[in-house]
Amino acid sequence: MLKYLAKRFLLLLPTFIGITIVCFLVIHLAPGEPTALQTELNPNITPQAIGQLRTHYGLDKPLTLQYALWMKNLIKLDFGNSISSDERPVWEKIKERMPITIYINIAAMVIIFLVAIPLGLISAVRRGSAVDRSITVFVFIGFSIPGFWLALICMDLLGVRLGWLPISGIHSPGYEHLSFIGNIWDLSRHLTLPVIISAFGSLAGLSRYMRSSMLEIIRQDYILTARAKGLSERTVIYKHALRNALLPVITILGLSIPGLIGGSVIFESIFSIPGLGKLFYDAIMMRDYNMIMGSLTIGAVLTLLGNMIADITYSIADPRIRVG
Amino acid sequence: MGFWSRFFRDKLAVTGLIMVAIFFILSIGAGLIAPYDPNLIDVNNILESPSIAHLFGTDELGRDVFTRMLYGAGISLKVGFVAVGIAVLIGVVLGAVSGYYGGWVDILIMRLVDIMLCFPSFFLILAVIAFLEPSIFNIMAVIGLTSWMGITRLVRAEFLTLKERDYVLAEKTIGAGSLRIIFIHILPNALAPVLVAATLGIASAVLTESALSFLGIGVQPPTPSWGNILTQGKSVLGVAWWLSFFPGMAILLTVLGYNLLGEGIRDAIDPRLRG
Repeated sequence: MLKYLAKRFLLLLPTFIGITIVCFLVIHLAPGEPTALQTELNPNITPQAIGQLRTHYGLDKPLTLQYALWMKNLIKLDFGNSISSDERPVWEKIKERMPITIYINIAAMVIIFLVAIPLGLISAVRRGSAVDRSITVFVFIGFSIPGFWLALICMDLLGVRLGWLPISGIHSPGYEHLSFIGNIWDLSRHLTLPVIISAFGSLAGLSRYMRSSMLEIIRQDYILTARAKGLSERTVIYKHALRNALLPVITILGLSIPGLIGGSVIFESIFSIPGLGKLFYDAIMMRDYNMIMGSLTIGAVLTLLGNMIADITYSIADPRIRVG
Repeated sequence: MGFWSRFFRDKLAVTGLIMVAIFFILSIGAGLIAPYDPNLIDVNNILESPSIAHLFGTDELGRDVFTRMLYGAGISLKVGFVAVGIAVLIGVVLGAVSGYYGGWVDILIMRLVDIMLCFPSFFLILAVIAFLEPSIFNIMAVIGLTSWMGITRLVRAEFLTLKERDYVLAEKTIGAGSLRIIFIHILPNALAPVLVAATLGIASAVLTESALSFLGIGVQPPTPSWGNILTQGKSVLGVAWWLSFFPGMAILLTVLGYNLLGEGIRDAIDPRLRG
């Protein structure tokens, strides 16, 4: 087990370096400089002033040197300062915004897991039935529906017309005066729509996957053996088949992380949630180089960590992986 | 039973094919079908609700939403097709090289795939589009450049098994070059899963484009796209539901069509995988 973990960690390093190189290249090869926002709009700017700004942000050094400097600071989690008006360190801003995005995504993953597994299971066990067919149609609509559109409809219907749920932000006005329980209740009401809607897209895919994984397992010899020795259908399905069908689902859940984090840009903008996604969107609009590079890197690193946790969980659940 | 008879017995797959075909015809025939000019501003008919004259109503400049959606269909589909074309091209070449040659080339390419898969692709796309101007060409290119990884893995897996076949050995014996073996002999046998992935890829490219346009960094007005019509609708959701309802529905149906078609082709190619 230890050996497997060590190997897994070692593989992490080149991937991590690759990620930083891609981030760096993407942003630096693109035309348009961070200083443009400050200079283009100002008719009185002199070439000297532009030069000074470029020196100030280190843009006059060769790319490789810029990368080396950036990398050196990255190790210290120093992504530089935001170019936006508050000029605060990028990492400080990310640190502030990250928890809410992580909470929403974890909550979304719990919902995905709790809903998708039973759906896929029922669909597989009652294959070809009316239930299976309706689940299949639901699943297809689920992964075809544009999330932002669903978010708009839910906002309009549940938030504006019926007034059941708040539609923006994470706190009601005056939340400071609420009790602890009241605060939690308030927060949950605000996060209900964002969590459910971000779960919706991946939910469909996972239940489809669960269904085929289950169908695959039911065909295996050991299931035939279990049935042949007279075990009840219940035991065969829930004890023998389900456990094995769940294993690959762990990996798929891990693979859904980048989609969830990417989706947070859309949902956080729609629901005005002050998370990583909104921060990133605002940085894009401002062409805030450091902020974009920081968020892009952190987003990729979160994915990397998520996948690693999935891999390790898998190897604990299934000894064949770490031995083989 | 052959591919086609299996395909046509699958009701969902046929539904998908019909949906895809309808949207395709509508987008090609936009100029003939559309009752108005897509950019015709009519200040006397601002935010009209759907009627016989304006099937899907009008927007805040009095433009006919049905007409704009017909033209938008062409743009959304064009983005989908070209983006997937780029992804397929990269995926097939890298996957073929990786699977056929193996060794360090394979390790390098697979590592690159792992790295690219770590990026929340929407973050990456947004970052690049924000720096390049959000033209239709850039959107297609960036979506394509961030979605080739799955196809690379598929093609590589196919090549790993196909390169051991006898016909490959036979070709080698008569002195055929690697490129000839890869592209003329092995590749045609590896294309079935690529076709499935490409069909499903169009669905997700259309979704991505609409999400980008929705955030205001996709196809720029006045060029109509389903995503940017929807964005206009966002601000007037309370008074003009049709402005966000119809484009959303169009995206849903198109994406659904390609997803059903893709899964249908997969099941028809390999009935063992059928659910």
